Amino acid sequence: MEELCTGLCSVLTETGVELGLAYFLSLLAGVLLVSGVPLLTVIILIWIERKVAARIQDRIGPNRVGPVGLLQTIADMIKLLSKEDITPTAADRVLYNAAPLVSFASVVLLWAVVPFTPFHYGVDLEIGALYFVAIASFGTLAIMAAGWASNNKYALLGAFRVVALLVSYEVPLVFALLVPVMLAGSMSLVDIVNAQSGMWFVVLSPLAFVIFYISSQAETGRAPFDLIEAESELVAGFNIEYSGMKFGMFFAAEFLHVFTNGIIMAILFFGGWMGPLYYESPLVAFAWLGAKGGLIYFTTLWLRNTVPRLRIDQIMAFNWKFLVPLSIANLILISLALKVMQELGIAPRDMLSASFGDLLPATAILLVINGAMILYLLGIMRKRGREARRESRDARAGYPQAAGAARH
Amino acid sequence: MNVLNEWAFVGLFAVLAPVFPALPIVIAWLFRPRKPNVLKSSTYECGVETIGDTWVQFRVQYYIYGLIFLVFDVEMVFLFPWAVAYNEMSLFGFVAGFLFIFLLTDALFYAWKKNALDWK
Amino acid sequence: MELNAISIGFVVFSIFTLGGGVGVVTTRNLFQGTIWLMVSLFGVAGYFVLLSAPFLAAVQILVYIGAIAILITFAVMLTRSVARIKERYIRILPSFIASLALFLILLLGVTIPIFGAHSPGSIPEYVASTRDLGAALVDENGYVVPFLLASVLLTAAMIGAIFIARDENA
Repeated sequence: MEELCTGLCSVLTETGVELGLAYFLSLLAGVLLVSGVPLLTVIILIWIERKVAARIQDRIGPNRVGPVGLLQTIADMIKLLSKEDITPTAADRVLYNAAPLVSFASVVLLWAVVPFTPFHYGVDLEIGALYFVAIASFGTLAIMAAGWASNNKYALLGAFRVVALLVSYEVPLVFALLVPVMLAGSMSLVDIVNAQSGMWFVVLSPLAFVIFYISSQAETGRAPFDLIEAESELVAGFNIEYSGMKFGMFFAAEFLHVFTNGIIMAILFFGGWMGPLYYESPLVAFAWLGAKGGLIYFTTLWLRNTVPRLRIDQIMAFNWKFLVPLSIANLILISLALKVMQELGIAPRDMLSASFGDLLPATAILLVINGAMILYLLGIMRKRGREARRESRDARAGYPQAAGAARH
Repeated sequence: MNVLNEWAFVGLFAVLAPVFPALPIVIAWLFRPRKPNVLKSSTYECGVETIGDTWVQFRVQYYIYGLIFLVFDVEMVFLFPWAVAYNEMSLFGFVAGFLFIFLLTDALFYAWKKNALDWK
Repeated sequence: MELNAISIGFVVFSIFTLGGGVGVVTTRNLFQGTIWLMVSLFGVAGYFVLLSAPFLAAVQILVYIGAIAILITFAVMLTRSVARIKERYIRILPSFIASLALFLILLLGVTIPIFGAHSPGSIPEYVASTRDLGAALVDENGYVVPFLLASVLLTAAMIGAIFIARDENA
């Protein structure tokens, strides 16, 4: 155990603290430091979320409490504290109370593997990328437990729909995730970032990023996949019976999950902390990661507030008949092209030591392949769109009144 | 860093992670008003009494999606080591992985043709 | 037994595994039973971590908690009013004998070296990484045939499941 005792731990042992205790304390300090990042950001995230939504909808948003409404979240928290917490008599009390905790914890736990800078991270697990997917499955189970334990028909139906959506979109998510893992030859998130020193993976495989982006939008239950809310059909779905702080925890978890996904995408596809002068100071590296993650996060908010909600059959068809085949085809094509190039000696076998110049020919070929796939997809979508428009026009032609109404 | 040391960190993180959301809930429990009544804690329904059992029979489609997902989940488990070893792999190894994915794609197309992917 | 982090972890995960198991057989609510089963399997994932096989631990969580738990719940909800079993089936003696027999078989299988002798000393120092696993899966001298057979098996499972589920519904 002595060899594990470094840093804060060794400082503590020198001042006379017992070895085991010193080790535990240093571990605890590390955990609190890493978990502090998501816990502090979530307070700001709620304000950003509301402000951005308001601006997109041509409103002002929170502007009363504190400068530009920055303290609104604090006021909301105080309000939530004073709210009565109703547990329905019919509910399964243990699971009902555990569900919001698990939901929030499953998101906070993701931050254990997030590499903030080359040297500052919770842990660099060998299986980092798989850890990310595995931990997210706790969130799915929490939603199922919440819906079931509420003992309410809306809650159960909402939970079932959401869970079906979440597990379905996990398939393209993981197939897209396999591309950076394959390119870096490692599941460790630190290795994945380091492997992008020559070229960001978004350039090598833009389609994988788009698939990952769409599926993670669905994984967080955001529009156009916000079945999780479904106010108009299921009066809020799985969290209908929740009130007060427990209700707030589900929402805090969702807000944090969206931002976490932004950070994860920055790490997987946009080179994480990489950027000009990142080696000068850990703060610069951290700022780069925050800026990239924040930008992706902003686009998800933008998307959420712009597009309408899809029906569940459309969501499922889009996933299983479009996204899943596409993600598989993408994985096969990228891996095939790269393997052929590696055998011919055009592409490097080790991304870690490959420079920008080494990767240029491979990047060009991969980009052409991606471009061809995207053009092909656009062709399909155009054809489908025309068919759908013709069908709706024919349908309207059958109802003269509706057609007249549409013209006015 | 030692592997177990890393997991000690994850373990401690996992123990503490539910504590963070639990704290505000416990604080709220201290401050919140308590005025329960029968109507308030009855099951929510649109203005009427809820009828019958909540755990009604659900459609088979959920189960089919669950099954297809399970098959893909197990496939991904095999593909992760394959992807990690990809760069050092020979062409033979790549073709083996390719066949693996291809066979599963067959199953997906079978499901498609049998309309098992339709939500109805 | 030496008291260190590993032995503490072992005790904790054993409590998870065995406690979850007890929960599964005592609850009469199928969804709660599912949750207990997941607690038990989570303990097993912990064992994998202690054995320096984090990949298998993640797989355990991904497949069981991420997929099997969901599938069981969907299956439970497929049947009518099975979520709460009202009748009690108390057959303590037969179930006691059956589980004792199973336990004895498992105990014998572990302690008597039927599949070759193994002692704690024979555990190699080197722990295989996920990369070694991936390379072995597709190596012609390794496990490429089982790897592809697994794919065939998965395909067959999916086709069979769809066939059965669709026919019932048609």
